[in-house]
Amino acid sequence: MTKILRYSLQAFNYAIFMLVVWYFSFNLPYHQLEENEAVVTLSFTHATKLREACRKLSQKELMKLAPNMRLPTDCPRARSPMTLELYLDKKLLTKATVEPTGFHKDQGVNLFKRVKVQAGEHSLRVWMNDDVNIEGPTYSYEKNIVLKPEQQLLIDFNSGSGGFFVN
Amino acid sequence: MSFINPLKHAYLAMEAWLNIAFGSEWNPLYNIGRLSFFFFWVVLVSGLYLFIFFDTSLTGAYKSVEYMTNEQWYAAGVMRSLHRYASDAAIITILLHMFREFALGRYKSFRWFSWVTGVPTLWIVVTLGITGYWLVWDELALYVAMLSSQLIDSLPLISGSMARNFVGDQMSDRFFTLLAFLHLLGQPLFLIFALWLHVKRLSFVKIHAPKGLAIGSFIALLALSLASPAVSYKAADAAQVPAVLNLDWFYLNVYPLMDTFTAGQTWVITLSITVLLMLLPWLPPKKRQPAAVVHLDHCNGCEQCAEDCPYDAITVQARTDGAKFDHEVKVNPDLCASCGICVGSCPSSNPFRQKNKELVTGIDMPQMPINDIRNQMNKAISKLQGTSKIIVLGCDNALKFSGLESSNVQVVTLFCIGMMPTTLVEYALSNGADGVFITGCRTNDCFYRYGNVWMDERFDGERQPILRRRAERSRIKVFRASAMDASSLQKELSAFHWHLDILNNTKVKETARENSND
Repeated sequence: MTKILRYSLQAFNYAIFMLVVWYFSFNLPYHQLEENEAVVTLSFTHATKLREACRKLSQKELMKLAPNMRLPTDCPRARSPMTLELYLDKKLLTKATVEPTGFHKDQGVNLFKRVKVQAGEHSLRVWMNDDVNIEGPTYSYEKNIVLKPEQQLLIDFNSGSGGFFVN
Repeated sequence: MSFINPLKHAYLAMEAWLNIAFGSEWNPLYNIGRLSFFFFWVVLVSGLYLFIFFDTSLTGAYKSVEYMTNEQWYAAGVMRSLHRYASDAAIITILLHMFREFALGRYKSFRWFSWVTGVPTLWIVVTLGITGYWLVWDELALYVAMLSSQLIDSLPLISGSMARNFVGDQMSDRFFTLLAFLHLLGQPLFLIFALWLHVKRLSFVKIHAPKGLAIGSFIALLALSLASPAVSYKAADAAQVPAVLNLDWFYLNVYPLMDTFTAGQTWVITLSITVLLMLLPWLPPKKRQPAAVVHLDHCNGCEQCAEDCPYDAITVQARTDGAKFDHEVKVNPDLCASCGICVGSCPSSNPFRQKNKELVTGIDMPQMPINDIRNQMNKAISKLQGTSKIIVLGCDNALKFSGLESSNVQVVTLFCIGMMPTTLVEYALSNGADGVFITGCRTNDCFYRYGNVWMDERFDGERQPILRRRAERSRIKVFRASAMDASSLQKELSAFHWHLDILNNTKVKETARENSND
């Protein structure tokens, strides 16, 4: 085989190889959202209420404990799970029940959830229950929103400043 | 026909095609591991250059990448493209490397260690690429960061939400410092360790691609970098989610799974695939052949077998049997591939020795001792009749020899052509064979890595034990082949018959002339 033919064949093979590299590296689109879609993201951490209130120990119970462990009250560390529902135009968009983290379920709950929605004007409602001892919402929030295509609306939560807010 | 055969044939056909264009020396498929190393070198050098201009701050990262891409397109821009495309090319060569070993059945038995350590190495490379995409801090980086952190958050015992960092104003410069440390030092160190482990059971490891292949690959990468430079998306903005992203599917292929599956399910899918790949060497298990054994009373401690072993299974130690030699060799059965190359290395494997009793050599294969090989050879020679009598010496892993034998062709097979003592060729020729036809794996593609290379070097007098001059070279034919070349084998053999006929006729005429002169 002549050198020219051999090098031409090599060039052809390199070109095929680089075409594969180029195509899968840069030119195969992935559609994250459909046309006219936006994203609503729920993202927050929250320390839910304790499952049980502190209880005063009886004298009998105290006497069963070692002398240096005799605290007058027993305060279980476990926190309540959190239940949340998100409605858009009065339709349930997503719901979540999240257990507190930690071996003893005594840490906060973390929620991170993304939902694709149609862009446009919507009425948004979200409620949360963070206390197993109360039935129904402990926090709720309503707002009319306008979403542009490809917009990400963040629903955040801070119990110190009144609960839910959008960002 | 087993499941693997079509794959093997497809792969061998691809190799044969590339042999036409590149020759066996530069064939990318014979150098696929070395080519991956070459791409890593390109990634390393280009990455070091990019780091000079990279700003590891939240606001500076994107700007610095944009500066490199647009203002300094002729240097840093090209380097960025080389960095990206070489990383992508490395994934292709790694996957081809895996496919090759699988298709050719080179992942079972003694090869399990290289296979099992290779799978996590691929994941380290992928995670290295993923952190690289984060550093650009554009829309794609934000997408990758958000989904990666969701995957991390879903792991048990992880408290706190990492994903939350990427939707609010939680980011800080410290994040980029950590990321730069991971991408530039942490992950590469893991990769180097993983690569070391991957080749730990091999000797004569070559990590540098042949010059011609390296030059050709670099020119191709450079051409692609100039024709289609790597560019960024818009700067990351937590308030925006781009509808369409042109993902790098070599590195970011896991993330689209999360459209359908939860983060936990995505972990289960990827981990299941990983575990399945790692278990492949035992699905089904392949029985290991017995390891080589040393016969100290026939070993002079020359160390040639230890020098030749492609799997580092033979070590040299001080003599333990009180013989006059300084050293002896010891076989590690866990590392031994049972290729028999050490038998071909041992000068005691000479079939001319111990003619009337059992031939014992210094190092031997219990399942095919050298004495049995000599007996096979004697039997094969005794069966030969007619003109141009040929002994075919072949390795088990190249061609199949069924139907090849005839009255003037007899076959003796070995585990590897490197197992063949050079004196065995001489023995065949001096005991009645007119020619010896040797077949082994294609050049640079020995099933046991170096068997055919050592044979060549022994024939060329560059490696002990050499083929002595008294073995008439014109009566020896070496044919490199794979399972694809069965049709060529018959042609080559016929040509060798013809060649031997001419030699024999010439010899007869010369003898007659000499006799008439007398």
